[in-house]
Amino acid sequence: MLSLQNIQTYYGNIQALKDVSIEVEEGEIVALIGANGAGKTTTLMSICGITPPRFGEVYLDGDPIHELSPEGIVKKGVVQVPEGRRIFPDMTVLENLEMGAFLRTNKRQIQQDLNYVMTLFPILEKRQNQLGGTLSGGEQQMLAISRALMARPRVLLLDEPSLGLAPLIIKQIFEIIRQINKENNTTIFLVEQNANQALKLADRGYVMENGRITLVDSAESLLANDEVRRAYLGI
Amino acid sequence: MDIEYFLELFFSGLTRGSIYALIALGYTMVYGIIQLINFAHGEIYMIGAFVALIVAGVCTIYGLSGFAILVLAAAIAIIYAAAYGYTLEKIAYRPLRGSPRLSPLISAIGMSIFLQNYVLLAQTPDFLPFPRLIPSFAFMDPVAHIIGSPELVILITTLITMVLLTLLIKKSRVGKAMRATQQDLSMARLVGINVDRVISLTFVIGSVLAAIGGVLVASYIGQVNFYIGFLAGVKAFTAAVLGGIGSIPGAVLGGLIIGWSESFAAGYFSSDYEDVLTFVLLVVILIVRPAGILGKVRKQKV
Repeated sequence: MLSLQNIQTYYGNIQALKDVSIEVEEGEIVALIGANGAGKTTTLMSICGITPPRFGEVYLDGDPIHELSPEGIVKKGVVQVPEGRRIFPDMTVLENLEMGAFLRTNKRQIQQDLNYVMTLFPILEKRQNQLGGTLSGGEQQMLAISRALMARPRVLLLDEPSLGLAPLIIKQIFEIIRQINKENNTTIFLVEQNANQALKLADRGYVMENGRITLVDSAESLLANDEVRRAYLGI
Repeated sequence: MDIEYFLELFFSGLTRGSIYALIALGYTMVYGIIQLINFAHGEIYMIGAFVALIVAGVCTIYGLSGFAILVLAAAIAIIYAAAYGYTLEKIAYRPLRGSPRLSPLISAIGMSIFLQNYVLLAQTPDFLPFPRLIPSFAFMDPVAHIIGSPELVILITTLITMVLLTLLIKKSRVGKAMRATQQDLSMARLVGINVDRVISLTFVIGSVLAAIGGVLVASYIGQVNFYIGFLAGVKAFTAAVLGGIGSIPGAVLGGLIIGWSESFAAGYFSSDYEDVLTFVLLVVILIVRPAGILGKVRKQKV
């Protein structure tokens, strides 16, 4: 469904991604794991057109999307929950959710999705008139995921959804991600440093080092892989 | 203390201040979104006043009078200023997006000098008389020594403009896109907002406000030349910084404070001191609150 073919992304003269190829099938959960600075976030930003690749292609259902603008890519249904949640701090929870549906026009469907995310995360309904910046980290993560869902994504990209959260909240968030994937058949591409959690959730995984993909396998095999266990699971 | 004299100074300060606020809004909105001080903003105000002068001249030839001219002149001035603002951003700032912050700043100063000299050459270096387009209302006669008809028209116009602006920003789709862009530009792109269009729109709105201010001031003071934009621009910029640059209520508050400080300084001390007081105030507030009165201290995350 989502296919990255030999993408190379640069910041000025510095090459951040070297020949990265990733395939994500429809309905799959795929995890990308790796250390700090490996290029995981850059991979997502390249897919979303924020740092477009200098070479290589990104396809969605066979259509090239690497030359589209960021809003064109969102319109195609590829939506990101960025690292650090990036809630609009001076907008209310409700306004943040509305911004997620910025490109949509069908009011009835938007309302429907609003109800849906509020059943996923009932706390958001309670907080709907509160400013986004006043939420706790866990609530912000829930809001960030909900905001992305408001765009009715076909592919949901998640960047470090567990970052800075308490273990209990992480468990809850990952549970919801699985639920979103099951209920709506939303394809999920997940970037994580928390390799253990990510691989338990995912069907398949990619390992990234210094801007290159070094390993691809099923999540189970990666969890059992000695190299991965030593480097990323601390076992 | 003579209360009538005080009220007269109060309203004259309020009138000046609301004009400064209109112009300051343009500085602060642009800064809020792209962290650029648009030094050519004062020139947009000046161009607005000049266009209004030309339209008023033509209308007078055709025998229109009074309020009709004011409305027509303001409308055409607004359209011209909006076009200038849009073009300015497109040719002077957009190509420099992503370059060091100093580059667009220098480009802004360059555009300011260019526009001043363009008007100087195309029009004249002299002061031109601007027709008194705001009529005197008979019902204002009893209080005319405290607040005159022009002041009243300026106050009402700026008030309506600011209410409309607030509604636009709070309620409309584009307003929400502007706020989102201001709060987190790359996140705004990730939800599908066309940030370039939002930036263009911000320049257009700022220019419209400046043009309204230009027309009002010109018909209040009664003369224009190519240099009025620089002085008004510096004052309005000061107002924006005083109130907290990037903050919309801050720009209005800053404008009013400067209007009043000028008016009271001129009235109770001497008009020689009006600018001195303004800038002393600026220095003091920046020492006590570097982000301005209503400004937020942006935390820089590393």
